Amino acid sequence: MTTFASAPTTAGATLDVEKIRADFPILSRTVRDGKPLVYLDSGATSQRPRQVLDAERTFLETSNAAVHRGAHALSEEATDAYESARSRIAAFIGAEPDIETSEIVFTKNATEALNLVAYSMSNATSSDDPAARRFRVGPGDEVVVTEMEHHANLVPWQELCRRTGATLRWFSVQRDGRLDLDSPEAQSVINERTKIVAFTHQSNVLGTVPPVAALVERARAVGAYTVLDACQSVPHTPVDVHALGVDFAAFSGHKMLGPSGIGVLYGRRELLEAMPPFLTGGSMIELVRMEGSTYAAPPARFEAGVPMTSQAVGLGAAVDYLSAIGMENVHAHETALTAAALEGLQAIDGVTIIGPRTTEARGGAVSFEIDGVHPHDASQVLDDSGIAVRVGHHCAWPLHRAFGVQSSIRASFHVYNTLDEVQALLDGVRRVQDFFSGGGVAL
Amino acid sequence: MKLESMYQEIILDHYRNPHGHGLRDPFDAEVHHVNPTCGDEVTLRVHLDGSGRDAKVVDVSYDALGCSISQAATSVLNDLVVGHTVGESFDVLAEYQKMVQGRGKVEPDEDVLDDAVAFAGVAAYPARVKCALLGWLAFKDAVAQADQNAPELEGQA
Repeated sequence: MTTFASAPTTAGATLDVEKIRADFPILSRTVRDGKPLVYLDSGATSQRPRQVLDAERTFLETSNAAVHRGAHALSEEATDAYESARSRIAAFIGAEPDIETSEIVFTKNATEALNLVAYSMSNATSSDDPAARRFRVGPGDEVVVTEMEHHANLVPWQELCRRTGATLRWFSVQRDGRLDLDSPEAQSVINERTKIVAFTHQSNVLGTVPPVAALVERARAVGAYTVLDACQSVPHTPVDVHALGVDFAAFSGHKMLGPSGIGVLYGRRELLEAMPPFLTGGSMIELVRMEGSTYAAPPARFEAGVPMTSQAVGLGAAVDYLSAIGMENVHAHETALTAAALEGLQAIDGVTIIGPRTTEARGGAVSFEIDGVHPHDASQVLDDSGIAVRVGHHCAWPLHRAFGVQSSIRASFHVYNTLDEVQALLDGVRRVQDFFSGGGVAL
Repeated sequence: MKLESMYQEIILDHYRNPHGHGLRDPFDAEVHHVNPTCGDEVTLRVHLDGSGRDAKVVDVSYDALGCSISQAATSVLNDLVVGHTVGESFDVLAEYQKMVQGRGKVEPDEDVLDDAVAFAGVAAYPARVKCALLGWLAFKDAVAQADQNAPELEGQA
């Protein structure tokens, strides 16, 4: 196997954040007239270590070729690099690492991965393959989501329902940022008509980690498929898709120290083998005649066209980097940052956290409001102090509506963030309050 | 400091005490504009007297959710167009749009822009240009809906 990754500067159980930071060239830059960058927007996209950048560059400088085509030396090396990345990414999330029985499909991003499942299911309706019948969705069937979904795990299911005549149902979010699973209304959300249950592994706004086991159990009891949006979990915490028991999971490379332009769909092998394709064309076929075609086995069936290759190599290197640190260590470090942020923000008058206020069943997306200051204005003042946060509805508009807020400020972390940066955020929030208090401009 | 030049005191004053806020009757057209990246929204009504460039803007009333820049811009819009003709209003809008989209390279014409010149600092922050334009583009759209003889904006097809 060809790999293009070297180990991170820091390996082993003890997390030396300064050493880790030295792997990320962008973190040493300044912004807005010389202020050190405080990057607290990894929930939107994470930064990439040299090891990932080097792996991509080395691949492109030595082995670049179109994969799964041709029989020349570069083509073989490129195909090896691509498939090796698939295998390591599979192992990273507890999926089948064997390339022959792989459960990992490369997509453009997580959004495409979720659309792949949704479109495959509506394509099953017109498919003449008897194996595809089990995925048919139509009038009388129900698709279940939650009110805390990112648009990427909501709109594709709204669209599937529109195309097929199925009905969309959802679990509501309670004021404490947890899903309502137990009220009388919630009890019947998943029922014998349910075909699909799609939900997030960690809300990108609230940080909430829903009870996956309970949802999988309810879905299984009625024979529904489960689809997990793992965009905010796989980059930050150990995830074992087989242990979780979900049927599908999706995540993006760029949120886990890897490149943009690559996402991953995990699907249970047995399901991928029976599913009809989403995108069609080259590479995904078995036999093509003018009258019609048959399709390759998965994962090739779902990877039409020449795939992204250096991105796959880069994501493989990102997984190696994270594995060398250890996902337990990543999670423990980010939990400490989250705890400090939650505690510090709650200690400031006029700041309201949207979502759970402790780190229990919660990840590191910390969203909040500052009384009397629109998030956009708050972010402008934070930005002026070099602090990058996300503002807006974070692609979760219905969730914001449920909380009666138009938008929010979100700080999110990764392994390279420090407690000093959390303190910079807290100081920045106080500066925002001073700036807009009407008592003059504090700069 | 760039930040201070964007958040001019006049902008913060308009934000805290917006002029002409609220939806009023009568009106000839009502539009709803949204900035999908941040969720800011404005519902805006225009009441015109006449048609074409010479039509008089009798009232602009609005209900808006948004940041200080978008709220203050809509308040200044109300100040600058009510009581003026559509032609004059569109001249201000054309100059204003040129300024905020100019990346700081456009010398604003204060004679045309009046108080709207306070938004010159927005040009240094491309991410905020949409905020500064939300209410103004809603106004343009509302005029077009209210009057089929509404003029084209200068410099635009």
